[in-house]
Amino acid sequence: MMNAVNPQYEREDCLLRPGNTNCGGCGMSMGLTLLGRALEGETYSMVIPACCGIVTAGAYPTTSYNVPVLASTFASSPAFASGVAAVNELNQDPDARKPRVICWAGDGGTYDIGIATLSAAAERNEDLIYFCYDNEIYGNTGGQRSSATPVGARTTTTPGGKGEAKKEIMEILAAHRIPYAATLSIAHPDDFREKIRKALAMSGFRFFLMHAPCPTGWKTEPAESIELVRLAVRSGIFPLYEVYDGTDYRISMEPDGTDPEKYFEKQKRFQGQDIDLEKVKLAVTARTERLWKLAGLSQVDKAASAYSVNKPPA
Amino acid sequence: MNMQLVTGNHAAGQAMSLAGEANRNARGVVCGIYPITPQTEIVEKVARFPFSKGRVIPVESEHSAMGVCIGAAANGARTFTASSSNGLAYMAENIMVAAFYRLPIVMAAVNRTLGPPWNIWADQGDSLMFRDFAWVQLYCDTSQDVADSSLLAFRIAEDPRVLLPVMVCMDAFIISHTSMEIEMASQEQADQFLPDCQIPHRLDSSRPFTTVGMTLPQDTLSHRLELDEAMKRVPAVLDEHRKNFNEVFGRQVAGAVSAYRTEDADRILIASGSLSTTTRDVVDAWRAKGEKVGLLRIKMFRPFPVEQVRRICRDAAKIGVLDRNYSAGTGGIFCHEVRSSLQGTGDQMVQGYLAGVGGGDVVPELVHEVVEDLTRRTRAGEPVWQGIE
Repeated sequence: MMNAVNPQYEREDCLLRPGNTNCGGCGMSMGLTLLGRALEGETYSMVIPACCGIVTAGAYPTTSYNVPVLASTFASSPAFASGVAAVNELNQDPDARKPRVICWAGDGGTYDIGIATLSAAAERNEDLIYFCYDNEIYGNTGGQRSSATPVGARTTTTPGGKGEAKKEIMEILAAHRIPYAATLSIAHPDDFREKIRKALAMSGFRFFLMHAPCPTGWKTEPAESIELVRLAVRSGIFPLYEVYDGTDYRISMEPDGTDPEKYFEKQKRFQGQDIDLEKVKLAVTARTERLWKLAGLSQVDKAASAYSVNKPPA
Repeated sequence: MNMQLVTGNHAAGQAMSLAGEANRNARGVVCGIYPITPQTEIVEKVARFPFSKGRVIPVESEHSAMGVCIGAAANGARTFTASSSNGLAYMAENIMVAAFYRLPIVMAAVNRTLGPPWNIWADQGDSLMFRDFAWVQLYCDTSQDVADSSLLAFRIAEDPRVLLPVMVCMDAFIISHTSMEIEMASQEQADQFLPDCQIPHRLDSSRPFTTVGMTLPQDTLSHRLELDEAMKRVPAVLDEHRKNFNEVFGRQVAGAVSAYRTEDADRILIASGSLSTTTRDVVDAWRAKGEKVGLLRIKMFRPFPVEQVRRICRDAAKIGVLDRNYSAGTGGIFCHEVRSSLQGTGDQMVQGYLAGVGGGDVVPELVHEVVEDLTRRTRAGEPVWQGIE
């Protein structure tokens, strides 16, 4: 039993075909489009766990994906993908191009339920390209907190705003000393494409973290999705950078001093009497400074821990 | 003849590795492996096997071990793994996916008591919890049966009429760790017995599809019906490949059931796994006294051999089912299946005996007590717990 491509919509090199049922302004969908373009000419299959990404395929017997997609259980995409990649390698024709295996998972599948599987595949340095489209929420189930939800954001399970900081998944992946990890923004497609081309030239475990606006969960205007993530990059809320071999941090785009307030004010998830935006801003500053230190760009040691939102009150 | 003194674990690890190697001219073999007592020796053996086209991936959990097998099988490789007890429970979600994706994965399941309480001894409750997961299940009684059934499992699983995963089960320690002299297959024999693994619905870039997106109830119903039909084709496919096995190896491998001295029996004991070998000796002892007692060993639990059970038990007045497993509040699981198989065939008495639940030794004296109880008994009652002090 499988979902097949409807030939009416078949197009060359088009990963996400027209006719899917995703929400307007869905950052993940835009990410798939950019991914498809960056992978033009490549042969690849995808492994997608339970998430909006697999719902994107649509109802049996059709599919919106123009490449083979293996749907995995929620926690398992790196394990399923390890099996797929191992068979590719065993059957690699030395004169042919290497087929790629891509995991496409949300923050729930990456930061939370799948983190053990992800960590293990990264540690084994499996020949995979793993994408986390991070909408900072369990979007597919209607918007519950994940460990990627930023401090202060309201979700259906944190109605007064989340009290804890967003998990630093990039640092966790970097600690595995994988060949390449990078952040992506759909507001910066050239940077997006360039990083994927870099990853394609490497082998081993490569990790991408993509900021994925979710108008339904973030309570934002669909038309503003790209503007939102652009503000996130400019204000330093979602910095664009690369990590080579887990240790070599390189900033892709420096924040231009945009006030994070501009990002927050467009989102109803950050609005509410219980939400302390000052605390949220301090968390952003602390993260930015730590990243700058890792990249060797600043000698100023402001003791980032002083800003830690998880630090108990004195 | 390649005679070896080996444990059940060794038999499974070696035979499955030979099967993996036999796929070297096709898409190779991939195993996701993770240890757990008492099956660890199986995956260690697999990890040491010098596959010419294979990869063994030591992962971080049973859930991922099956995940690797699913990914590899979906990409066309021969795949197998092993687990036990709580490891199987942890793997459960992906065990289900393997079958529902129609992937011919083979798994050795060493039957160990589910914890808590933490107990490493034999009990079939672990693999039996997957009775509704569309896996074929074979319960082996000796190292020889483990070795042969391991090869047979691939032939059944990969048969295009079946395409379902197969679990090769054996009792912890009693079989997994007890050395017996067996005839081990050679690589040439495994090559001859097993054709290349062909998975018709494997991932293929020239034919993009998604396995499987959102599916509405009506289509899901068709999917379940197809599973049911595939499962029903297993008995005939099994017997066909037992014949092929006999041609290649020159010996018999046990089928779904084995009847022992049942022809004129008025009392039939039904048992599986290592319980059946002990029970066979007890049957001989009762026969020596002139008592018409027989044994029906059930090897294949899924699909359940309903027709054979009905046919073999037809003329026996009393049936005693020994279960080294139980379903809380309702008794042994094989006993339930036997009762439902015999539904409508007459008024035979089917009495359940819980023997060796939690790993206790089932010695011949205990089975004698079962026969004595069955002989005395005029009507079936609550399951009898053997070994309660």
